[in-house]
Amino acid sequence: MTIKADTSGLKQTKWHEYALRFIAGGATTLIAGQIAKKWGPGIGGLFLAFPAIFPASATLIEKHERQRKQKKGLHGEERGTDAAAIDAVGTAMGSVGLIGFAGVCWLLVPRYAAPLALGGAAFAWLVVSFTIWAIRQWRRRFTLSR
Amino acid sequence: MSRPNKREVGALSDALARFLIGGIVVSAFAIFGGLFKPVSFAGLFGAAPSVALATLALAISKQGKAFAATECRSMMAGAAGLCLYSILVSQILSRFRLSALMGTLSALPLWFLTAFGLWRIFLR
Repeated sequence: MTIKADTSGLKQTKWHEYALRFIAGGATTLIAGQIAKKWGPGIGGLFLAFPAIFPASATLIEKHERQRKQKKGLHGEERGTDAAAIDAVGTAMGSVGLIGFAGVCWLLVPRYAAPLALGGAAFAWLVVSFTIWAIRQWRRRFTLSR
Repeated sequence: MSRPNKREVGALSDALARFLIGGIVVSAFAIFGGLFKPVSFAGLFGAAPSVALATLALAISKQGKAFAATECRSMMAGAAGLCLYSILVSQILSRFRLSALMGTLSALPLWFLTAFGLWRIFLR
């Protein structure tokens, strides 16, 4: 399956849903910083990969998919749950990339300037995540064609 | 009522900066991820390093590189926790047909168990 850019999801998102993500993201960053200050960077670092925004995102995906199906006169409950489950599979693949991000960051931060270290680590996240996703797609296509 | 001292004002402005930067970076990644189809590809952005980028940029400038590097090392355990957590959420949703909110919240103990377990065994 090819990757497509589709703006219909953005049009479907209401302003309060954007606000919810903004507040969840801001609060998580704030709390992660406070935890690191109080209990040290060892504990604080764990929370840089805490799934704080994930429940809100998965709920929105489920809701949007359900609404899309209901507009076509279908029930949509099943498809909404399926879409959230598929999104979670994507997040699992992205989190392997996040391990790569953290590892590259750990190696680069002490040696290089912040923009280079963080930029390099973000690039590593993108490459690892995309590679795992592409391998999974290729394997699925190969299995289906047999 | 006494006026807040310099230290309190500094802490408040630091917290506000963290909140705003975190909110902006997380929203930007969420919007970017929402642009793509199929859903499994868009899901990659659910594990984008949005909170990490905002936090680490601030940590490097305020607390230094050694502090930020230690955070990165621990983050590997947190990310492994996120991976197992997401797999569990996917299984809960597809097998037990719970709502997304219930599924994502009920799987949270696995993140804590994995992240703190790995940290205690390998990184402490």
